[in-house]
Formats: sequence, structure tokens, C-alpha cells
Amino acid sequence: MEPEPPGGRGVIGLDEEATLVVVDYGAGNLRSVQRAIGAAGEQALVTSDRRDVERASALVLPGVGSANDAMKRLRALDLVEPLRAYAASGRPFLGVCVGLQLLFDWSDEGGGVDCLGIVPGTVRRFEADLAAGRKVPHMGWNSVHVTRPDPFVEGIADHSYFYFVHSYYAVPTNPADILGETQFGLPFAAMVARENVVATQFHPEKSADLGLRLYRNFAVRARGTATV
Amino acid sequence: MLTRRIIPCLDVSGGKVIRGVKFSADRVVGDPVELAAEYNRQGADELVFYDITASAEGRGLIMEVLERAAGEVFIPLTVGGGVKSADDVKALLRAGADKVSVNTQAVLDPAIIADGADRFGSQCIVLSMDVRWNGERGYYEVVTHGGRRPTGMDALEWARRGVELGAGEIVVNSIDADGTRAGYELTLTRLIAEAVPVPVVASGGANAPDDMYRVLTEGRADAALAASMFHYGDFTVDQAKRYLADRGVPMRQRARVPA
Repeated sequence: MEPEPPGGRGVIGLDEEATLVVVDYGAGNLRSVQRAIGAAGEQALVTSDRRDVERASALVLPGVGSANDAMKRLRALDLVEPLRAYAASGRPFLGVCVGLQLLFDWSDEGGGVDCLGIVPGTVRRFEADLAAGRKVPHMGWNSVHVTRPDPFVEGIADHSYFYFVHSYYAVPTNPADILGETQFGLPFAAMVARENVVATQFHPEKSADLGLRLYRNFAVRARGTATV
Repeated sequence: MLTRRIIPCLDVSGGKVIRGVKFSADRVVGDPVELAAEYNRQGADELVFYDITASAEGRGLIMEVLERAAGEVFIPLTVGGGVKSADDVKALLRAGADKVSVNTQAVLDPAIIADGADRFGSQCIVLSMDVRWNGERGYYEVVTHGGRRPTGMDALEWARRGVELGAGEIVVNSIDADGTRAGYELTLTRLIAEAVPVPVVASGGANAPDDMYRVLTEGRADAALAASMFHYGDFTVDQAKRYLADRGVPMRQRARVPA
């Protein structure tokens, strides 16, 4: 995957004090995530500067493509330790698609790569099964079983549909970290939530109104945390 | 359960939506972004913008269309038509496309598939092929330049090769069926859908929801693309999806967000 050149800093919306940070490491869906956050009525700071990560009151880690490339770029931008420290600080963290996979210890992609190690578990590849009609990538709208209540999924009915495009899936060591489960030959973690960290394997920014609702839920929760 | 997808296609020329019948007799039908927003409201699962602008000066307009659409419509957007290089792919992705489809250029230079997949990921490279039954020699032949030029290439072999090169999805457009509204080419669609490990989108010939039902069941397609059927208001996307869901085809129900 070819990186978009990190664009430095840019505030979306009007509020100069915006502290919802979207990490810009050249992920292909960065702009879509930006647009969706804007359409959800929220403001964000798009940045590749580690000092902004350190200062953020809420953070979104987007991602499309391969986990190896993503880790390579996060390392090159010196963002790996700041992201780990941010997650450990208890502030709200949202990972999207590859941004979910990066949270885990390890991904099998491209011969294997160490990831951020924020949520215990590994990332594996789906096996295509033409006889069973299972094609990889898992591409399209699939339903998500919400396993427990959480402020992130407020207003989202159980078994709602979201848009997925991925060939790898996360296997959390602790099943209690799974917030949403989806069937694709086998059940896999469509949403993960552990303490202050939440993540979706699907693309909320491509999942119409329900996806925008998730960004809004995340931002609202983040503001709640910030005022405590 | 993973649903089958219903994909309205907007043929765009000089920034306007048009629809040709057998690639001729174009009729202007509307503003692409307005139509895109309307299809999103009706529950479209994705949208395709197909740029058929002939003139060089009109080509930049597709970027504006994409940028406007991507700011309003939060479902996957695919763009195709006239894509000549991996740099074109990059420009379209930057403008707001989630996937880019390559057709004639991929036949002329298959490296565009590999190059695009390497640089941007297989998930955003769609191989779109126009296919016509060659009655003389008895095979499905890939054609280019909007159906005018035969290539001598077998459609199934080209689909397999495209996947090897890195295409993440295949669109099979039957030139025999395109714009005739006589139903999809079921045999061709099934032949390819059963042979490749990536999703296959059926295109060309949709006239009614039952055509979609047949191509998604008998034709084994993962998604059905249609233009005229929706543009002229004969059926809404919602009506088509309800028809399919009633007959057991897995469909995404239209999203409703509680206040």
C-alpha cells in the first residue's frame, strides 16, 4: 500500500480547541473517516504529530490495507509508543478496520508482524471456501450481534448491518473483549471493547446512518470523559 | 449473514447522469449527486459512477462529482471508465472513491491491476469486463472500447488472470444483455462466479427485481448492478430489495436510526 503523505495538522470544523484526534499515517480511509466525523456533527484534528496524540482527549486510528504496512508507517512516524501510552492513559480510543487489527499483539499478515499489543490476541486470515460460497475478502454488508450494552452502541439495534472489507480477523484472547460478533463461516470479532478502547472491523464511515451514529456515540462519550 | 448487494450504476458524462441503450442513444436523466443521495435513502448497498465522458476537457468533472458525493453519501463508492494508469487510480481514490474499476486499459496492459493492487490494496481494484457471446467459435469473448472491439480472450480465463494479478472484485457486464432490459446473462455470470474466489457483480440487462432474483440465485452473483431499472423510476431500490428479501435472498434492511 502506498502511503498518502501525512498532511501535518488540520482542524476539521470550527473549534480550534478540538481534541478529538484522527491519526494520519497515510491510511487510505483517512479522508472518509474525516468526512464521516464531520457529517456526524463532530470536529476532529487530523494529525501525524506525536505531540497531538499525547495531548488528545479522544483518538481515532483509521486503516485500510495491510497491517504490516500500517505498522511500518506508524514506526516511521514514531507513533507506536505514543499510541500505547495514550491507550494506557484511559482516554477514549477508537480503532477502525485495520485500526482494530493493529490493537492486537500480532497479525499473520505478510508473514507476520508485531502490532500495538493494546488488546491481547492475534489476527488471522480467512480461508476462502468456494464450495460453501465463501469468498475472501469478506466484502459487503453483514449483521453484527451486539453482545452487551455499551455507550458506543447506543441506538444500534442488535443484528444491524455494517459494511465490511477485510481478509483478516481478530481473535481476542479474552472473549469478554468482544462487543460485536459477525458470522462469516465462523463467528469473528466485528467490534472489540476493552476498558477505554473500542474498535470496529467494519467501516462505520461507509455504513450509512448507523455508521455515523457510532462516530457520534464515540465523540459524545469522549466529551463526557473529558469533563470528569 | 453476509447479504447480497444491490448496486445502482450512474453513467456520468460531463458531470451529468445519462444512460445509453446498447451504448448509444444517450438520454440525460439527472444530477449524479442528487441521484446518489436518493439511492442511498432508498437503501442502495453501494454506488457505481461510470465515467463515459468522451472529451478530455470533460473528464475532470468526475472528480468533482466524487468529491461532492463522498461528502454526502456514506456508502461505498466505485468509479470506473477511462482509467489509464495507477496514478489515475490514486487520483480517484483521493477524490473519494473506495474502489476503482479498470476495463479496457487492463486488457491493453494487465500490469495496471497488479500495480494498483500493490499500491492501494486489492480491496479497491475492481476488474470490470465487457463480454459478448462469440457464436461463431462458441465462447464468451472479452470485448473492449464499449463493446466495439473483440479481443479473442476467453472471459473465464481473463477473470481468473485478473484475480491472480490482484483484482479484489469482478464485474461481469454482458454486452448482449446491456441496456436491452431483457434480464442478466445467467450462464455467463454463473460460469465466472463459481470459478473465482472473489466477489462477482452481475451487470447488464436488469429490467425487474425478478431478474435480480435470478442472477443472485441461479447466476450465483454476489451483487447485482442496474441502471435503467432504477433511473426511470420503474422500481425503487427499496422495492427491489424487499422483493428479494421476501424470496429468501439475504438483504440489508434499510437503516433506521432512533432519535
